Parts: sequence; C-alpha cells; structure tokens
Amino acid sequence: MDSLLNAQTVLSTLDATLRVSTPLILCAMAGLFSERSGIIDISLEGKMLSAAFAAGTLAAITGSAWIALAGAIVTSILLSLLHGFACITNRGDQVVSGLAINVLASGLTIVLGIAWFSQGGQTPALASDARFMPFELPLIESIAQIPFAGPFMQSVISGHNLLVYVALFAVPITWWVVYKTRFGLQLRAVGENPLAVDTAGISVSRLRYKAVMTAGILCGIAGTYLAIAQNAAFAREMTAGQGYIALAAMIFGKWRPVPALLACLMFGFLDAVSIRLQGVALPGIGEVPVQIIQALPYVLTVVLLAGFIGKAVAPKAIGVPFVKER
Amino acid sequence: MSTSNIELPAWIEVILIPLLNICIALFFAGLIIFAIGENPIEAVRVMLNGAFGYDEGVGYTLYYTTNFIFTGLAVAIAFHARLFNIGGEGQAYIAGLGIGLSFLLLDNVLPPVLLIPVGILSAALFGALWALIPAWLQAYRGSHIVITTIMFNFIASSLMVYLLVNVMIKPGSMSPETREFSEASWLPFMHEIFGWFGVTITRTPLNISFLLALVCCLLVWIYIWKTRWGYALRTAGQSEAAAVYAGIKPKKIIIITMCISGALAGFVAVNEIMGVHHRLILNFTAGYGFTGIAVALMGRNHPLGIIFASLLFGVLYQGGAELAFEMPRITREMVVAIQGLIILFSGALALMLRPAIVKIWLAIRPIPSVAQHG
Repeated sequence: MDSLLNAQTVLSTLDATLRVSTPLILCAMAGLFSERSGIIDISLEGKMLSAAFAAGTLAAITGSAWIALAGAIVTSILLSLLHGFACITNRGDQVVSGLAINVLASGLTIVLGIAWFSQGGQTPALASDARFMPFELPLIESIAQIPFAGPFMQSVISGHNLLVYVALFAVPITWWVVYKTRFGLQLRAVGENPLAVDTAGISVSRLRYKAVMTAGILCGIAGTYLAIAQNAAFAREMTAGQGYIALAAMIFGKWRPVPALLACLMFGFLDAVSIRLQGVALPGIGEVPVQIIQALPYVLTVVLLAGFIGKAVAPKAIGVPFVKER
Repeated sequence: MSTSNIELPAWIEVILIPLLNICIALFFAGLIIFAIGENPIEAVRVMLNGAFGYDEGVGYTLYYTTNFIFTGLAVAIAFHARLFNIGGEGQAYIAGLGIGLSFLLLDNVLPPVLLIPVGILSAALFGALWALIPAWLQAYRGSHIVITTIMFNFIASSLMVYLLVNVMIKPGSMSPETREFSEASWLPFMHEIFGWFGVTITRTPLNISFLLALVCCLLVWIYIWKTRWGYALRTAGQSEAAAVYAGIKPKKIIIITMCISGALAGFVAVNEIMGVHHRLILNFTAGYGFTGIAVALMGRNHPLGIIFASLLFGVLYQGGAELAFEMPRITREMVVAIQGLIILFSGALALMLRPAIVKIWLAIRPIPSVAQHG
C-alpha cells in the first residue's frame, strides 16, 4: 500500500493518465463537432485507426513526422467526407455509415499493411527523428524546487510530445469555436433545428460538411499520436476501442468541451490505474480485477445515459437527415 | 428535383437496386485486390473453389452461414421495429455464458435428453437478458439503444474475460477456458448425421444448428408478417404515433423485440459452444455479431434475403481462408474490408443510385395509358 501512495507513484500515474487520455481528448472533441452539427459519429474509431496507419506508413517511407501527420489528417478527412457523402448528401443512416467506416478501416489497414510491409500488419519500426518525441518544457528546471507545483509541472505536465499539448489546446479552442464564434453558433443551431438555419439562408449541408471535416482533422491527429508519438510503429487494431471510449466520454461530458475533457481524463486515469493495480491487493478490498476497471467507463456511460446521474441530452436534430423542403 | 417520392416498380426497388449496390461493393473489393498486386478474377475463382469446390469447403461455408443467419435475423427483427441492435456480439457472448453456467452445473446431473434443450434455452435466455437491459433503458429512460448496445458489447467482453480467467476456468489449466462439457450436451455434427444414413462426408464443424437457423428464419418470417405481434411490431416501427392510436404499446414492443433479437443472436453460442467447441472459450463470437448487420442490410431484413446474404458471407469467410492460403499477399482480413464495403453500399449509400435510376426509368418506362386521364 505504501508503494501505491507515495508521491512518485501518484505523479507517474498522473503522467500516464495524460498520455493515455490524449487520443481520447482529440477524438472526443472530434465527436463533439460532428454531433453538435447533428451527425452521429461512431466512426471516430475507424478514422483514428486509418490515420494511425497512414502516419505509420508515411513516417516509415519518408522519415518525416510532419509529412506523416499531414497524410494522416488527409486520410481521416477523406473518411469524414465519405461519412458526409453518405449521411448528408445521400441521407443514409448515420450509424450504419459510421459502422461501415469502422469495419472497412479495421480490415483495410491490416490487408494493406501486410501487402506493403509483410510484417504481420505492422508498419516498420521508426527511428526517433521520424516521430514526435517527448521534450521538456522551457524553464521547467527553474521551477522544479517549488513544493508540490514544481514536481507536478516537471513530472506530469512537462516531458510529453508535441501532440499531447495539441490535444490539451484543442479543448479551449473547441470551446471558443463552439461558443464564441459565428460558425459555432451556426453549428449548435444546425444540430438543434436545421430548418431554422436553412430558413436563415445558411446551407445546412455545407455547415455539416465543415463540422465532419473538423472531426476528421482531430481524429487524424489522434491517429498520428498513436502510431508515431506514443508508439514507434502502427500495429494492427492499435486503437483497440479507444474511439468508442472517446465517444462515451463525449456523451459523458454531455456534448460540452470541458466536461468531455474531464471525462476523458477520468477514463484515462482509470486506464492508468488499472495497469498499476494489476496483481496488487488493496487493504480491505483485496485484488481489484483489472476487467472491472476496464469496463467502468462503459458502465458509467450507460448509467449516465439512463439518467441516474444528471441527464445527458443529445442535440435535438441528431441522427435525422435534413430534407430541404421544395 | 427530388426523386424520393417517385415510385418505382417493385422489381427495381427490391432486386435491381440491392444487386447493383452489392456489385459496386464487390467492384471496390476487386479494386483493392488489384491494388495490392493480385488478379481479382483469379481471387474470385480461388474463393468459389474454396467455398464449394469440395465437400469440406461446403461444410465450412454452411457452418459460417449458420452464425450469420442467427445474427442477421437478430439485427433484422430489431430493424423492423426501427431499433438498431449493434449488440449482437455481446448478446452472443453472454449467451455462451448461459450455456457454460448451465452445463457446468447440470451436465452430470440432468438426464442426457434434457441437456440440449436446456442449453438452447439458456442461450436464448441469456442473450435476451443482455438485450433486455438496453431495451429497458431505451423504452423507459430514453437512452439511445445504439450507444447502450455498443457499451454492452464492451462490458460483455470484460465480464467474460474476468469470469473465464478467474472463476470458470478449468482448475489447473493455464488457458482461460472451462472444462469440456459432457458428451450428451454436444450437438450432432452433420457428418455424424449423414453417417447414420450410411453416407460418408468429410468432418467439418457444420452441425445440426444449421437446421435450427433455417427453422428460425421460418419462425421469424411467420412472426413478423403473419401474427398480430408482428403487425404491432411493424406498426410501431413505421410510426409510433399510429401505433399508440391503434392501442399498441411501443415500450412493450421495444422490450419484446429486443429480447427476441438478443435470443436469436444468442444462438450463435449454440452453434459455436454446443456444436463445435464443447467448452466455453474466449472470443468465440469472432465478429459474427457485427457481420449480422451487413447480412441484414444486404438481405433487406427479410429472412429469405438473409439466407442468401448469409450464404454469401459464408462463401467470403470460407473462401477467404482458402484465398489467404493460395495468395499470400491477400489476408483473411480482406473479408472484413469487403464486409465494410457492403455495409457502406448496401446500407449507408443504399439510396445513392436511386435518383439516377428514377431518371432512367422515367425515360424508358412503358407509357401509361392516356385514356385514364381522359
């Protein structure tokens, strides 16, 4: 028990929390943009997986992390456009379209990976200059002596790669865009009452396309993070359901940026703790099965959706294709 | 011009457009095979040969088909009530738990003739139970059933890992699986049944649950189109307001339909656990629940369509295994990619071709008789 609660352990668990939360945060913000515009997006998983594959492939071929990032974002945006083409232009079922993208990504990344690299679905391992590597924040040494805040800054906040900070910045930016800009106002309106937006002379389709493409950009960054920042190669099925956890976190945050961030951090923390608690007996409780902690995000989301802890109200027009009256 | 309210003849809506959608999906699949440097035509030949070329291949094809019929029916019946059950995977998994629990407790207690019915019933019961919770949450708490069934898939997966690793594992065993159930609980294999009549066919996992699947198709067809419950179900699916006006209780429909759906998905466990593995193992559902969505979309939620769609996926699964063997550049996951394409074109983009086809139809249709209009 001592070893579980000393400062070093706490700090390193928080550090790990931030690392595992990063793709969740990016995908949750992605889902927020899409769903606030009225388009259900269960394809966060598939977009992130495809982006991770694109990033791993391009980093291995070009040796440039930046080209990999750009390629991953483009790949993810293309899938967003496909989702948009199906749901916005052809008024297809949004859940079916999202599922199609997830299944397609799951199959295609393995098929192409094996055909191109013959490493059982992995992309080649990357050298550090083809990745986004951790770095220390400037001036961090000078504040390290401050009690509590110093070690916290040094061990938890500093020492991550660029994309972790991008994810953290994505939250205030999302908040600002959604609540403080003209686009954000239109976005929220189109998710609640597309007819009103249409009556105001604004194109519902164009707005929704913009929203799903924004989601594409964010999922692209999340995939890049998995393949070439957190890890040194793409591995098959490496998203492992994180896109769905991010979706759950976004719902848990009731389609709002800051609560969604907190939900991501909570789910990330559960993940970090579950790794640390493996095989450790807690006093009075005994060994907590890892599976229970792993299932907790899903259980909590169901409980929330059931209205037992507050009420999660989705945007009103979500899932309903918009038919312009003629 | 909006074309969505122009009527087309039934054969175009029900046969031509779905067939064209599948062709587009398969065309893109061919393109992928071409892109990785193999010949798509040759791939189709290898696949068909693997699926139908010899009796072992046929056996495996029909064994996969069995799973897809169950999960396809599960998704389809829910679709008719306008419910999207993505949770077939978890429901099948938990149904396996039902079989496991009842056999671990009872297989040496009950008279052998009762074991198989008990197994089938417990699969249905547990599958239905795992669908009941999301159904109840949808009906009475307004939680979106798509999200809750997705969550329940993950919860089922964690639960099963926990139970198999910590509780139900065969004592002294390293691998997370239960002990083998007593032989009286095994479903007869088709090669055994044929053997009783003196016909020798190759050993395959194909077992009598294939016939159960066909019976389920018939029962689902009768239920949806020939009973008042099915009428209520379809009415509630078309318009909740109309259903209420007709004295139908939509909440009750949601609960009943999802329970049937979960029970049907649960029969995957009958095929896999009682038919093939004879013990509870990890991940025996292997994505069949998700494939059921593609099957239902392709089969247009009709049992007959589902049989054909399941057969096609059976061919893809079995032929895909053969393909991976013959063409090393192509892997089994190609089938998953094809599945994605079919969900995309037969599901999400099902209406993509319609405006163009309406235009062609308006141009070439037989001119309606002028006399009618005076």
